[in-house]
Amino acid sequence: MRRSGLVQLSAAAAVAAIALTACSSGGSTELDPNADISEQTLTISTWPEYYSPTLAEDFEAATGVKLNIVHHATNEEGFAKVTASADSGIDIVFLAGNFISVLVEEGLASEIDQNAVPNLENLYPEVRKFAFDPDLKHNVPYAWGTTGLCYREDLVAETPDSWADLLEPAPEAVGKTTLMDDMRWTFIPAQRLLGYSINTTDEAELDEVGAVLKNAAQKSLAFDNTTYGEKLIAGEAVISHGHDGWCNTAASEDPRVSFAMPKEGSDLWVDGMVLLKSSKNREAAHAFMNYILETENQTWLVENLLYNVPNRAAMESLPDELFEKYPALIRDGASLAQMEQIEDVGDAIDIYNRINTEIRAG
Amino acid sequence: MTKPVRSYRSRQTRAVGAILTLGIPGLFLLLFVAVPLGVVLVSAFFKRGRIGGFKPEFTLENFAELTRPVYAQVLGSSLLMSATVTLICLVVAYAAVWAMRTLTPRGRIIALVAILIPFWTSFLIRAYAWMLLLGDAGTINGALQLFGVIETPLRMLYSPEAVILVLVYLYLPLMILPLAASAEGLDSSLGDAARNLGASPWRSFRTVDLPLTLPGALTGAVLVFVPSMSNFVVPDLIGGGRVLLIGNVIQDQFLVARNWPLGSVLALVLLLLLVLLLVAQSMVIRRIQGGSK
Repeated sequence: MRRSGLVQLSAAAAVAAIALTACSSGGSTELDPNADISEQTLTISTWPEYYSPTLAEDFEAATGVKLNIVHHATNEEGFAKVTASADSGIDIVFLAGNFISVLVEEGLASEIDQNAVPNLENLYPEVRKFAFDPDLKHNVPYAWGTTGLCYREDLVAETPDSWADLLEPAPEAVGKTTLMDDMRWTFIPAQRLLGYSINTTDEAELDEVGAVLKNAAQKSLAFDNTTYGEKLIAGEAVISHGHDGWCNTAASEDPRVSFAMPKEGSDLWVDGMVLLKSSKNREAAHAFMNYILETENQTWLVENLLYNVPNRAAMESLPDELFEKYPALIRDGASLAQMEQIEDVGDAIDIYNRINTEIRAG
Repeated sequence: MTKPVRSYRSRQTRAVGAILTLGIPGLFLLLFVAVPLGVVLVSAFFKRGRIGGFKPEFTLENFAELTRPVYAQVLGSSLLMSATVTLICLVVAYAAVWAMRTLTPRGRIIALVAILIPFWTSFLIRAYAWMLLLGDAGTINGALQLFGVIETPLRMLYSPEAVILVLVYLYLPLMILPLAASAEGLDSSLGDAARNLGASPWRSFRTVDLPLTLPGALTGAVLVFVPSMSNFVVPDLIGGGRVLLIGNVIQDQFLVARNWPLGSVLALVLLLLLVLLLVAQSMVIRRIQGGSK
């Protein structure tokens, strides 16, 4: 949901800088048990409006650690920030899983001392199996989510339960569907419907996906990543491919908006916290990651931003009414964790790109 | 003694003046025109980098990509759409300028200011205003439904026609201003003479006024055509991403597909087309002015 696809121009410079920073090995991974964390100052980089507005004060009150929060608007920007120099001054960066694996590959992510983060116990055990960082060696998951069918209950004849309801809309929904505008996500409904991986690099499969999407685009209202909630509320759209959190936001404004997970399954994205090797405030950083995973801190995220979190303790402590009100809140973490995650497809991105252009050219 | 010193000083002052007057614009052009164009030109010949940028590996493959029919199709539809926008602007601007000629000088100034006022508002806000006007649940559909003209809303937004409408709205002032400037110098007695000699209003416009305002019209046409051709915000917002112009494809290469080299190749094609257009325009203007002398 926070992947608008914007590549900062500095990304190119960042790639060059990686070569330099990768050479400088990080500090020791050992934590000093006698360190006085209240003398440390922590700097984190995350997305704006992705945390409690009182986080810095609350954390300082709880631990005595002064917390600076800086922002990045996109994964690319956050990535560029921490790779642009040997020591960016940032201790912890929040990134999506596919960017975390690159940070690990480049040797910039510190290993996490799991003993210092006892609240990892709160997480769904499945998060330890993710390919981008097995066993949570280098990241502590912060939030996760999926995409599915965001729709108007009162404007569809039957409750949608398949991607086909979006791609081959019923007569009342023709011209009233929206597809996602972000290339890799545009492809997901057709890939899932046809039973292909969302990371397929097979050109024949992708051509088939393209044909389905081309037809779906002609029967759609628009490609839309950001304002489909408004279109649903206005009744301009009746079924949209939407993010769980954003669909919840729309449902909070108009209870006729609902969310359905297609039976063919969908995707999963995970945003995690990464401690950088360059950090000199390692003890405070661990305290921070542990603090974030506390049940009440993660329930804040669910109740206020309506995102899903991979924190079982938090999800289970929330009242049932909340889940009834927001169908895109998913308590069954195991089913969510099974979903495939978007990965880098290497040079096959050019095939995606060509087909994406063909779909839109009509 | 004083004389050489003064001349030395004045030479120095002149040198400083020259550095300021040539250097600053020169630096500006270097930073904001030459360097970006250089990046585009260079990256067109290299392989793409993992997260944008390019790898220092020479290749001509990016140009081979151009042979895919989809790019010719997009280029063709972009040319057609920009030409349509330009033509509509031309007709509307002539009507507007001719209407303005009937005004007092003071009225004309007020009209010109009124034309310019929208420029003071962010284009995005104006685009969203159009979305509010044209949407299924928008103002126009709401009014038509209220008065019982229609029952179900008309689909206006997210169509090629809506994109054309908003592009015309956006660039119309760029056509009106040069046209108004060239109509300003028009000797109205020429038109009167033509009509005295029995020419119909249309004929006097076509044979007298039109040729005399053609340079202004051509300048306006280029000013409208060039940005229409490369606009990607209007097709995205007003076309709902379903109207694909060459500007969108280029933007996608840089921001979505992270394929700078292909984006660069497409940008160069667009640039070449627009340069050819400018050359053609200046040749036509020179011929007109040469002919009238």
